[in-house]
Amino acid sequence: MTKSSFSNIQSEYLAVIDHNKCVRCKRCIQNCGWGTYSFGGDKILADHSKCVACGRCYTYCPEGAISIIKNPTVIRENANWQEPLVKNIWRQSETGGIVISGMGTTFKYKKYFDHILLDACQVTNPSIDPLREPMELRTFLGKKPSKLDLDFDEKGEPVLKTKMPPQIELQTPFVFGAMSYGSISLNAQKAMALAARALGIVMNTGEGGLHDDLVPFGKNIIVQVASGRFGVHRDYLNSGVAVEIKIGQGAKPGIGGHLPGEKIGIDISRTRMIPVGTDAISPAPHHDIYSIEDLRQLIYAIKEATEYEKPVSVKVAAVHNIAAIVSGIVRAGADIVYIDGYSGGTGAAPIVIRDHVGIPIELALAQVDERLREEGIRNEASIIAAGSIRSSADAVKAIALGADAVAIGTAALIVMGCHVCGKCNTGNCSWGITTQRPELVRRLDPEVYGERLYNLISAWSHEIQEVLGAMGVNSIESLRGSRERLRGIELTDAELKALGIKHAGL
Amino acid sequence: MMTIDASGMHYKELNRLIREGIANGVKKFFIENVNGQYYIGDGIKGDDVVININGTPGNDLGAFMDGPTLTVNNNAQDNVGNTMNAGKIIINGDAGDVVGYGMRGGRIFIRGNAGYRVGIHMKGYNEQLPVIMIGGKVGSFFAEYMAGGVIVLLGLEDDDSDELDIDYFASGMHGGTIFIRKKIDFSKFSNEAELYEIDDKDADFLKEYLTDFANSFNISIEEIYKKPFYKIVPSSARPYAHLYTSA
Repeated sequence: MTKSSFSNIQSEYLAVIDHNKCVRCKRCIQNCGWGTYSFGGDKILADHSKCVACGRCYTYCPEGAISIIKNPTVIRENANWQEPLVKNIWRQSETGGIVISGMGTTFKYKKYFDHILLDACQVTNPSIDPLREPMELRTFLGKKPSKLDLDFDEKGEPVLKTKMPPQIELQTPFVFGAMSYGSISLNAQKAMALAARALGIVMNTGEGGLHDDLVPFGKNIIVQVASGRFGVHRDYLNSGVAVEIKIGQGAKPGIGGHLPGEKIGIDISRTRMIPVGTDAISPAPHHDIYSIEDLRQLIYAIKEATEYEKPVSVKVAAVHNIAAIVSGIVRAGADIVYIDGYSGGTGAAPIVIRDHVGIPIELALAQVDERLREEGIRNEASIIAAGSIRSSADAVKAIALGADAVAIGTAALIVMGCHVCGKCNTGNCSWGITTQRPELVRRLDPEVYGERLYNLISAWSHEIQEVLGAMGVNSIESLRGSRERLRGIELTDAELKALGIKHAGL
Repeated sequence: MMTIDASGMHYKELNRLIREGIANGVKKFFIENVNGQYYIGDGIKGDDVVININGTPGNDLGAFMDGPTLTVNNNAQDNVGNTMNAGKIIINGDAGDVVGYGMRGGRIFIRGNAGYRVGIHMKGYNEQLPVIMIGGKVGSFFAEYMAGGVIVLLGLEDDDSDELDIDYFASGMHGGTIFIRKKIDFSKFSNEAELYEIDDKDADFLKEYLTDFANSFNISIEEIYKKPFYKIVPSSARPYAHLYTSA
């Protein structure tokens, strides 16, 4: 069919320039990755249709001359035929395409973290002042033995006889979520690597291989193996502190990924070990994993290749039967299970999947922790919870619901300037995060943002210490899975049951 | 040289002995009485390491392998050469499902048949050219998502037939080349790939590999050349580029 260039879709935002303030320095033209601005001879012109409200231009306008406003021209309000639905109908009728977007869901589903309240000590047991007393946040991820055997030396001192399975030591219960080189820029990865090293935590390569520049950060890196096996080889498996098998992702459970050929430049080609310019397609399943037994086979293939020295993590999306699935994963031999809730981010996902598939991390976590305890295998694997951890409060609640640690992805990108515009898939990120355009990547200084990431995680860690102190415990271990310290508010009986917590007041 | 009697041995112990041997400079291994042990050759390195396997090795033979040569004097099972980077695996019999998944380099020669899902997501990179050659036939879902490298399917079994016995295959193929001996029913492979007759360059390329294959199994090269070769290549390196629109 012939394609009409006429579109029903009007600009979502208007880039309004105050020409009295504008000094025509053209910084906005230079900063905008979307090509919104141009110079019209005597003034800056704005093509509103290109603006995504990423916030780069007004942040860097020295005169404060730019305002990004929502286009006041309305699509007639209708609670049923909401604007995004109408626009997608137009978009798809004009292109015939599957609508894809970056970032996590924009739907207003209930956020359970916001309906959970924490406990504190009053009178009957004392709270602890974390500024005065030690407060342990150190976390070890990996299989824990079900019992410890001790020997006694000649002096009668106990000596641990049990050989401990390999562990990842985290100084604070945070990890950076998996984001590949390709989905994000190398500078964004470097910022996380620098922060992870300074904080004593880990980042995750995602399915994009390990760039040479990141090899020295091995002690702070989890390397990932996903269905495309990009950049996966023997030395890669041995270059980090753990290996993660990615089965699923919260933003797109059950589907794979495509890094489009135009993003596969020389450097990404080398890191992923594929030719320049071809699509990097990660099939929906691993075609060697069609069962729990097959998963076990890959877990142990990796353990053999790493001589049983690295914990193996399995990452799955939170879906309806997550408790049974995780039980199977643990029995398959995983040392860590990474569960990603439906609000988790992505570089690109079809919105029909992103907005409609999966379940909230809070419910998944509570059910998984409960199930593993019931089956007496909770010690067999550590749990990392992810899927939109937005604050230290979310992190504390996740840990009390049963997580050993939490992963942050989107929050880390927000540190780097991300305004959650959701256009990661286009590769035009003005902040240099989800782009491979050299002129955009260059502006993201890994040192600067590495320090800011360090600041954020340090601040959140201090906040967790405050909360622990208020609860009267001096170690994050004491809060782990301690749902008695949580209460629900504005939740139904079914929701409280799924979360395994009482209603506030009870 | 090192001989290991694998009878009754757990794979963990067997593979530890092999790794230890390699670390101690052993170049040639004979493993006797192999009976289903998984992961033989998993993650081992060394272009001059040769391992002879007598018996039937278990799944994931040569997974993540980087250089050595494994010779199996019998059938192999599933996942041969999983994500293999370099080296050679010679199987004097049949192989199971999922041969060479995500394989990036080296050669896998199978004298007999292979199972389902052979060569999924094989990929070439620079000078690394993974090659799988199969003397017999393969099951369904062959060469799906193939991204690089070469698969040669000979169909030497029931050679009276002029048509290759193969089901629907090459879905999502976006790189690499499949050479087939004998013609096929065109409707059985995916829309993402195209069939051509081979040219002189292809014939030269094939000759080296066919000779190596024939020599590995004492098959007469004349026998192989009795039927014509065709090649299957992807229509595009970006099969799904037009599937999406951005929100």
